[in-house]
Amino acid sequence: MSEILQQVFGALFAIVIALGGCVAYFWGTNWLLDKTLAEDPRLTGRQSSDRDSLRSLIRPWLFMFPALLFLTVYLVYPVIETLRLSFLDNSSTNFVGFYNYIWAFGDGNFRQAIFNNVVWLIVVPSFATAFGLVIAVLADRLWWGNIAKSLVFMPMAISFVGASVIWKFVYDYRAEGSEQIGILNAIVTGFGLPPQAWITIPFWNSILLMVILIWIQTGFAMVILSAALRGIPEETLEAARIDGANDFRIFFDIMIPQIWGTIVVVWTTITIVVLKVFDIIFAMTNGQWDTEVLANLMFKWMFVNFDYGRGSAIAVILMLAVLPIMVWNIRRSNAEEGTR
Amino acid sequence: MSTAVDTSHELTRPPANTSGWLARINVGKLLAHFALLALVVLWTFPTAGLMISSLRDKDQLAISGWWTALTTSNAQGVVRIGKADVQIEENGNFIIRGNIFGTDTNKELESFGLTNKELAAAVAGQSLPMKVGGEITVQDNGAFEWVSNTKFTHTRGPRIFYKATIAPRFTIDNYIEVLSANGVGRSFINSFTVTIPATIIPILMAAFAAYALAWMQFPFRGFIVALVVGLLVVPLQMSLIPLLSLYNKLAGAFGAEDGKTYLGIWMAHTAFGLPLAIYLLRNYMVGLPKEIMESARIDGASHFKIFTGMVLPLSFPALASFSIFQFLWVWNDLLVAMVFLGAQEGKLVLTGKLVSLLGSRGNNWEILTAGAFITIVVPLIVFLSLQRYFVRGLLAGSVKGG
Repeated sequence: MSEILQQVFGALFAIVIALGGCVAYFWGTNWLLDKTLAEDPRLTGRQSSDRDSLRSLIRPWLFMFPALLFLTVYLVYPVIETLRLSFLDNSSTNFVGFYNYIWAFGDGNFRQAIFNNVVWLIVVPSFATAFGLVIAVLADRLWWGNIAKSLVFMPMAISFVGASVIWKFVYDYRAEGSEQIGILNAIVTGFGLPPQAWITIPFWNSILLMVILIWIQTGFAMVILSAALRGIPEETLEAARIDGANDFRIFFDIMIPQIWGTIVVVWTTITIVVLKVFDIIFAMTNGQWDTEVLANLMFKWMFVNFDYGRGSAIAVILMLAVLPIMVWNIRRSNAEEGTR
Repeated sequence: MSTAVDTSHELTRPPANTSGWLARINVGKLLAHFALLALVVLWTFPTAGLMISSLRDKDQLAISGWWTALTTSNAQGVVRIGKADVQIEENGNFIIRGNIFGTDTNKELESFGLTNKELAAAVAGQSLPMKVGGEITVQDNGAFEWVSNTKFTHTRGPRIFYKATIAPRFTIDNYIEVLSANGVGRSFINSFTVTIPATIIPILMAAFAAYALAWMQFPFRGFIVALVVGLLVVPLQMSLIPLLSLYNKLAGAFGAEDGKTYLGIWMAHTAFGLPLAIYLLRNYMVGLPKEIMESARIDGASHFKIFTGMVLPLSFPALASFSIFQFLWVWNDLLVAMVFLGAQEGKLVLTGKLVSLLGSRGNNWEILTAGAFITIVVPLIVFLSLQRYFVRGLLAGSVKGG
């Protein structure tokens, strides 16, 4: 009990120290800057404006310093270091060049993981975006749409592990003849077919795992697409209706092209989530029965086999897969900056 | 005879050439309602199943689907009743009493018998002769009375086979068991210990940086903005090994045994949350009206005063959005907790605890369902009460109009 109290007090203490430290730093450094480079009526106009420039040159860096420090230590440095480790052996002592990468592409588990990741990348973003779009369109027209949207969105608040338990329950298998407690097998036996141990069937088990991520991410797609749909000018839709277009024509020929930019953003964001997915596979099957994916494989090599060379190589490959999207995001952001 | 036109009659009749059109609209709307309803049911039934199951009686949970939870189910059972040493003597008779249902109160006897082929030998209230002597009568609620006028000498209690209907029983026993006996209560506190500091600490740091990137002019600003956008998508997996090595080295320098501390995970989550925080806050601050700030600058206020006096208070919605995101993300996280806090008992957070339960108690659905629900109840409450801010945060920078 006292250990718990210690823990809680430790947390509260940390919050106070951190907040106090932040306040002390920000207010302190700014005060210091204003004091040492203070406006001085004795200076000439030129000196005064030089001093002003110096202040406004230094101040932004004061503002950004803590954040930049954390980002560098926790994100920038590790990325470079992981890249370096991928060229070393498992105990990180000897340089082995591209050996880890060559090993990876020759390893059966790795190839299975790549294959699975590709299927995940094709299936999950497309279905999640499609479902999200359909639900957004339907919900925006009906009076109970907001309730519907909240319910569909709710899985986003649930952890991947929690979702895995929920769906493991749905996929549960009991031997033939006993009563089924998992809904999927209950429906299957209701049709007279024998029950299956779903998560052990290669390939179909991956599809069932993908269902879990689709279930979660559809809410995200729905929210973003719903907002985008509301941005379509009402006149465009009215004009189309007057011209006699039915709902399907309006949907495919007008709505989708108008929000295409948002659809792409949603798609790429979900793609990133899919590439990093670890919890679901780890909790449901731990990669057995051909369900292995890169993130889980990396975890195994790093923290079960303690082979930092191979684990890092897999992490780098994961990073390379994400790179095109990163570049595209940065370009898009710069373009937006330009119009600002 | 009136020559006035009977307009009332005409007005109540819908225009003839549009009645077909009206009917079609209704069908379309109806289809839309049904389609949406089907989709919503599809999305909610898994969670509903979990919730209902977590409240069900442990034995019922193991043998019947949760969709039958509201109806009574039938079951067969067998129980061995008392040995000779529990007999009592009353009025010259020797009696053994008890209840074939044990302490269960939701079962009702349909029929019973002495062998499993004769389950329907007698119904409640009737008596059956026993092989070792006497007669046994079993009541509706399972209470039985075995009466004989000679002393019982059997050493092994005979078996009674029965058919009973089981009324649905809802209980919070599963929750009590999970919280006390399985370490979930401790994990609950651990999750809070990790999440709350990790949500609060990044805020000021990110806010100042976001303001600098939004409203201050300096070289490399564009580069740093691009860096933040890029870091948004860097997979966490890239950071794990180097950071863990760093922590272990630091711990070694301080004489501790390993680098897995709460302080370490707070700092890690703070750093991992910074790109999103800076991105969200900057997007919001950029959208603030330029005029307020310009007039303040003209009045001679420094950037510091403008930020702390005006922009920071005005940015509250964006701060709220980020806090919710960070809270949910840290609470639901598994990987960072496992790597930086470890998987020993006493240090597991709720997600890690649930994974360990899946492994060790994979067949005890009463524990898994209650445990899973405890894991999701806090984020659900946070989400449902602050949905507006969550949605607003999601929309920041994601919507592309026509």
